[in-house]
Amino acid sequence: MIPAAVVCLYLLVVLAIGLFARRASARQPDAEDFFLAGRSLGPAVFLLSLFGANMTAFSILGASGHAFANGIVTYGLMASSSALIIPLSLFVVGTRLWALGKRHGFMTPVQMFRDRWECGHIGTVIFAVQAILLVPYIVIAVIGGGTTLRAVSGGLVPFWLGGAVVSTVVMSYVLFGGMRGTAWVNAFQTVLFLSFGATAVAVIAAGMGGFRQAIESMLASAATAPLLTRERVSPLYFLSYTFIPLSSIAFPHIGIFCLTARRLEHFRRTVVLYPICMIAIWLPSVFLGVIANRALEVPAISAKVEARATLASQGPTLTPERRDALRATASGDDVILALVQGYAPLWLAALLGAAVMAAVMASDSQILALSTMFTEDVVAFYLGAARARDALLVHTGRLFVAGVTAVAYAIALVVPQSIFDIATQYAFAGYSSLAPLLVAALFWKGSTRWGALAVAVWTAVAVLAIAVLQSVVPAPPPGAAVSVLTFGGVEVVTRAAAGTMVLGFLPVVPMTLISALLMVVVSRWTPASRPGAATLARYF
Amino acid sequence: MAAALMAAALYALHQDFWFWREARPLVFGFLPIGLFYHAAYTLAVSLLMWLLVRRHWPAHLEHASDE
Repeated sequence: MIPAAVVCLYLLVVLAIGLFARRASARQPDAEDFFLAGRSLGPAVFLLSLFGANMTAFSILGASGHAFANGIVTYGLMASSSALIIPLSLFVVGTRLWALGKRHGFMTPVQMFRDRWECGHIGTVIFAVQAILLVPYIVIAVIGGGTTLRAVSGGLVPFWLGGAVVSTVVMSYVLFGGMRGTAWVNAFQTVLFLSFGATAVAVIAAGMGGFRQAIESMLASAATAPLLTRERVSPLYFLSYTFIPLSSIAFPHIGIFCLTARRLEHFRRTVVLYPICMIAIWLPSVFLGVIANRALEVPAISAKVEARATLASQGPTLTPERRDALRATASGDDVILALVQGYAPLWLAALLGAAVMAAVMASDSQILALSTMFTEDVVAFYLGAARARDALLVHTGRLFVAGVTAVAYAIALVVPQSIFDIATQYAFAGYSSLAPLLVAALFWKGSTRWGALAVAVWTAVAVLAIAVLQSVVPAPPPGAAVSVLTFGGVEVVTRAAAGTMVLGFLPVVPMTLISALLMVVVSRWTPASRPGAATLARYF
Repeated sequence: MAAALMAAALYALHQDFWFWREARPLVFGFLPIGLFYHAAYTLAVSLLMWLLVRRHWPAHLEHASDE
């Protein structure tokens, strides 16, 4: 019960931070104060909260789970590629977004797109695509909150109650604290993440009697030695992952976060320290996930290793139901929880519980972003400047936060998580595919609104097509691939256990490249739609 | 131009095919070389970012935002 008590304490602390942020805000906050913390975040909070907003539940649980099954490749796939692309995109795109936002009062990327390309309804289409891709993350967070509270309470707190508690806490501090509350909570959560990694490695190393022997025994076994290299993934698959971090700057909540810094100078430390934060969190998570393969004295981990061995040796001969059951047992998402419970003292297990809660509650900035977008891109835009007064916008934003949280909770109770797992998997590709919008808006005078529309429509169609394909063609056993589309003897689209592949690449690569191509081709076809000289002068 | 080339070079260095199938040497006795390489790569990225903000900082944006 101690971990459950610590998690409850944690929830109370973040609630208190949200309420404190409410007191620190203006008595009657205007829209800029509520949605962007008055563009006043200092350097430390800006770095920590931006980093925290980028870290989803995947960073601790998913990373170690992926590493447990796939080995050290996880770090190269997800951490080192993000460590390069995300700070670089903040440096190149984020700084310009910040300057334009401050100069022209933009509060969302869509406001900037509308102004830059002199369009109205096309901006609404972009808003709709962004919003639809964002919703699954919010639902996943509610499910994660319910599951985690049930796990740390030993089943005493049922899923529906855990989900309700977490949803209520997140809703409260977002609703009361707005962006200020969200940023402060994110900063607190990031500190928690950062303090967990190194501590967990030290304690688990002591519990396992050091790591040397475990690594040597992994190298001596044919089943585990490949986990210490990258021989199981192709270079094209590895390369594909460098496209996924392009999604970061295209996520509305990250774009909006870029507008919250008080000064441009605050980006300096953020881009330099971002890779350091990545290494501090991801290296321990990945290494512990890998080393868990030798923690066979922990019963939960031993059961996972056995299930995986059965899948590998008898996979094709098993019934689909048996295969699914074994996959569920072998899943590594809770492997770090099992490691900590096996080797660490209770206080660390409690700290982990709080860190896990922090991870699953990372939906706060997404809820606020959705609220900001709805209020500014839809309500304020269609009401017009004269009728969209600040008090009305803040009330609308708060109502939307409450509404979207309630809807996400209701969906989480009735829809299976697997659907949202797939949705979030391809939402990353969707946002990468939207990244050319920002690049074209900020750096190419010749881009037009029709090019922007082509990018948005293509992204929506591509994500939908992949979702349909994934649901129609079931995943084959690991190592096998089902040919879906062949052209001239070349397998163009295949369905593998890891997902859909296009010419050996993940879908994110063709999606992003075609998106960029569409922006260029369609813009060149529609030169008459280029914005006027006065508009271009504001940007170039 | 030099900054773009450095960023491109670092992007290319992410695809380290030379350590693809090797776990040894184990750095510090327990860290597979492929994992160590990417950890060191992450630190190199931080260094690149430091150079970028020192030499190519878009300071004009700060003033432009006040106009």
